[in-house]
Amino acid sequence: MIAFLAAHSKLIDQIGINALLAVSLMISLRAGQLALAQVACMGIAAYAGSVGAIAYGWNLPTSMAAGTLCAMAAAALLALPTARLRGVFLAIATIGFGEVARIVEINVPITGGAEGLANIPNDANTAWIYGTLVAALAALLAFSRGPWVLALDAVREDEVAARGCGIDVGTVRFGALVAGGAVAGLAGVLYAHANFFITPGDFGFGRMEQVLVYSVIGGTTSAVGSALGAAALTILPEAIRFLHDYREITTGALLLGFIIFAPRGLAGLWQRT
Amino acid sequence: MANLAQQLINGITLGAVYALFAIGYTLVFGVLDILNLAHAAIFMAAAFAAFALFGFGVPLVAAGALAIVFGGLLGIALDRVAFAPLRARNAGTLAPLISSIGVGIIIQGVVRGTFGPDQHRFAIGSLSTAQLTFGPLSIGALDLIAIAVAIAFMLALNYVLMHTALGRSIRAVADDRIAAAILGVDLERTIALTFFIASALGAAAGILIGLQFGTVSLDMGSRIELKGLAIIVLGGMGSITGAVLGAFILGIAETLSVALVSSSYRDAIAFALMFAILVARPSGLFGKKSLRSA
Repeated sequence: MIAFLAAHSKLIDQIGINALLAVSLMISLRAGQLALAQVACMGIAAYAGSVGAIAYGWNLPTSMAAGTLCAMAAAALLALPTARLRGVFLAIATIGFGEVARIVEINVPITGGAEGLANIPNDANTAWIYGTLVAALAALLAFSRGPWVLALDAVREDEVAARGCGIDVGTVRFGALVAGGAVAGLAGVLYAHANFFITPGDFGFGRMEQVLVYSVIGGTTSAVGSALGAAALTILPEAIRFLHDYREITTGALLLGFIIFAPRGLAGLWQRT
Repeated sequence: MANLAQQLINGITLGAVYALFAIGYTLVFGVLDILNLAHAAIFMAAAFAAFALFGFGVPLVAAGALAIVFGGLLGIALDRVAFAPLRARNAGTLAPLISSIGVGIIIQGVVRGTFGPDQHRFAIGSLSTAQLTFGPLSIGALDLIAIAVAIAFMLALNYVLMHTALGRSIRAVADDRIAAAILGVDLERTIALTFFIASALGAAAGILIGLQFGTVSLDMGSRIELKGLAIIVLGGMGSITGAVLGAFILGIAETLSVALVSSSYRDAIAFALMFAILVARPSGLFGKKSLRSA
């Protein structure tokens, strides 16, 4: 058992990080906002933490704190001009933000450009990753009956009615984006330290699409569901390795099948509403 | 000065193909309020189809035409599989976006499985490399054909939309789907034909780009899909005139920025512009003024 886990420790680390990303997207989706900027925030945090760790010798907690703060700042910066955008327009704006971030990462010399940043200290082990994941999940679950998360649900269900109940929709949206950015930032720094090599291409729209798939399959409004979705879909490519070049089709078919037949995802199995 | 004019020509060539792609995007959004993220996959699949047919000895024009029809049919299939079931249960606007991503992934997977992950070049010498020169300016024969084909398709589309019954139905569905249905428009047929047209145009764009660069690759779609998004935002989502104008503006801006400024931030211009438009004037240049809610 231990040997099995040890042999697959890279995969297990990957699952943890993808789960964190899925949770970060879920926070925005729960507020009804298709804000696809989480991977960009992940990238910003990854670079911030890595540059600090390499140049100033930060340890992991400092790296995580710094990276997460940068990610949150970026999310806040994004949230302000997009405050009035809804639906598809918000999705497009956040995608654009992500692309600009990626292109800046390629061109700014401090990030090492398109060749990537190497020699990041490899000190994020499985314990750190899962510790963070469990902490994030616990925090979300603890708050899930509290006024903040209920406000998220209210804004998702009917924004006008929520406003009528006295909920400040703007603050809720801002909070959702920044909270999502924070979790994504944690994931980013952990990713950088776990893989000790990052490139701007790691944080592009392709990865964002993948995280969207995790969320849809796991359940767009459930933290645990999103984590499970991430786990399932991270394992899947390994499990169906024998299909070689046809593996993508399975992922796409799963996404399609779920959104058409099981729109609430895996979480639909246990969610009541 | 001549250099600037040359860059303008290059920009127009690029813009023409961008325009064909963007029209397909904006047509589907204008008629159905759906952002079809599988459009880029169809763009790529049609390019591969043309490449394959050409490789089997089918003459270039016929291969292109067949691939365009293939693209259109893929679009109809896309609608049947990904969007019609969601329409039937009134699933809103975000679910079709996600299901289009799913179909896009499937199409990419099929192409990868069939052709492998590598780039494919058209056989050396099989494509014309002739250049026409007008004084200090030059333009490739293929590029000229690309512009001509793109403009021809745009004019044809305009004719269909403005002067045929089908066009009237499409415009009616775009205006108000329920009212159109009440007035007797066959919704499913109109929507299917809209997808055929949009995807055929995207396919044409893919084939033209494949010919211009002489290669087809799996990531053709992803490179253009986000730019297409920027274009239709700039031009106004749902507006075909806007998409065409936006495409040419972007094509020229990109080529000029590479020539005058620097090439590394070229792509960022499109997205920065897009972001700025979304913040300042979400309806873009020609889009409908009202801010849609989700």
